[in-house]
Amino acid sequence: MAIISFSHVSKRYPGGFEALKSISFAVEPGEMLFLTGHSGAGKTTLLKLIAAIERANHGTVLVGGQNVSVMRAAAVPYLRRNLGLVFQGQKLLYDRSVFDNVMLPLVVTGQPYRDAARRARAALDKVGLLEREKANPVTLSGGEQQRLCIARAIVNRPALLLADEPTASLDTAYADEIMAMFSAFNRVGVTVLIATHDQQLIGKWRTRVLTLAQGRLQ
Amino acid sequence: MRAWLRHHGVSLVQTLGRLARSPFSTILNVLAIGAALALPVGAFCVVVNLEALSRNISVEPQLSVFLAGNTAPADVASLASQLKGTSGVRGVRFVSRDDALADLKRGAGMEEVIATLRYNPLPDAFVVTLSERDPALADRLERQFKALPRVAHVQGDSVWVRRLDALLQLGRTAVALLSALLCLALVAVTFNTIRLQILTQRDEIEVCSLIGATRAYICRPFFYLGSLLGLLGGLAALLIVLGALAVLDRDLTQLGLLYGTALRLRFPEPREMAAVLWICVALGWLGAYWSVSRYLLLFERR
Repeated sequence: MAIISFSHVSKRYPGGFEALKSISFAVEPGEMLFLTGHSGAGKTTLLKLIAAIERANHGTVLVGGQNVSVMRAAAVPYLRRNLGLVFQGQKLLYDRSVFDNVMLPLVVTGQPYRDAARRARAALDKVGLLEREKANPVTLSGGEQQRLCIARAIVNRPALLLADEPTASLDTAYADEIMAMFSAFNRVGVTVLIATHDQQLIGKWRTRVLTLAQGRLQ
Repeated sequence: MRAWLRHHGVSLVQTLGRLARSPFSTILNVLAIGAALALPVGAFCVVVNLEALSRNISVEPQLSVFLAGNTAPADVASLASQLKGTSGVRGVRFVSRDDALADLKRGAGMEEVIATLRYNPLPDAFVVTLSERDPALADRLERQFKALPRVAHVQGDSVWVRRLDALLQLGRTAVALLSALLCLALVAVTFNTIRLQILTQRDEIEVCSLIGATRAYICRPFFYLGSLLGLLGGLAALLIVLGALAVLDRDLTQLGLLYGTALRLRFPEPREMAAVLWICVALGWLGAYWSVSRYLLLFERR
């Protein structure tokens, strides 16, 4: 069964702008794929529909077999616990340490502190930030902040990782490093969907590419 | 269940930490709530004390029953037994017109005045002592005695009792109004404090919502914050009132010594103080609830 399945999905924002027009596709578990297109093509909207941050006006969005487009608000948190989100604008919390930022998803789900701390350190280790755990995120470089976001996204061991422009504003070396991380997660079975407009990056990785243009899949 | 308890523990610790990290604004908030609530709590204590005082006033409730002129001694005797037999009457004392005149003569300067009188204008009278100080009872007996034969006039002292009662009632109503008003102030203060807190924690709320925090998890610290503010405010109010009562009590004791009586203020009982604290917690929670439903859910759908 597909882990993500869109059928005839349309999204119109209040005000009339139609971001997605009758989109249909499916992603199999364990896949890694790119979502590309110019800015404004609807990449972010598509990711938001998967995480139930926005709701579709028409069509069905199935994530892990659940129909997200008609999901009750109270069920949404439990959907999101199975997703890893690396979104634009990062949204790191600067009033706490790197370690506490990664702890947050585990605290939110009520994990015992010892287990949570062990998993948080493991996640930080995977992104190479373990020695910075006590630092404030403000003191991290752009690339390190992005890696912190990834650590926070994977600490819950999600089945599905969604990343929105994870390499934007990073130089090529950093971008390659981040992509290598995603690839490593994918090798251990995580489904990875990366939205990016960076064609150079896509060219380096031989994976499926979904291309959006003016709200339609090409 | 354990996760639930852990959540509550985490929320409480977070909230306490947040209050401790901005001690100045916390203290000011608590003082604002405390000072506002000290008014009705203090006023309540004053009314309760006045009530206690009015109950202890040693003046016995009495009715004076004046008889018509020329009442035969036999009629006086039968009236006396009739009055004694009425329920609610504790004692009956007969004051003859001659005794009354003699009594009057003893007043300073009254002898010359009375000497000019050609006859004794005073009627015979009974002084009836009532069994309890209840305005309704005094009223009833006054009407009942007026209807008796040979009774010319009944003079009740229930008027001032009723006045005092009405005054105390006024006090109670004023306290109730003041309480309602300042409870509203407490709700408003917590509402606003929590609104500001929500706006400062906007990022955290958004991140938590994105990583799968339930609405209950996100709202809980704010409910704790509101209730804690209410509790601390209530404690501050009680401390203010108890301090004020202690000072007043000292002065009152001094005053009582001069009059040769032991005057003591009645302090609020633990039960009453607990009730005040509970109400404060509930009102703080209510302010938090309104604030959360108004502001938090605004960016829930983002």
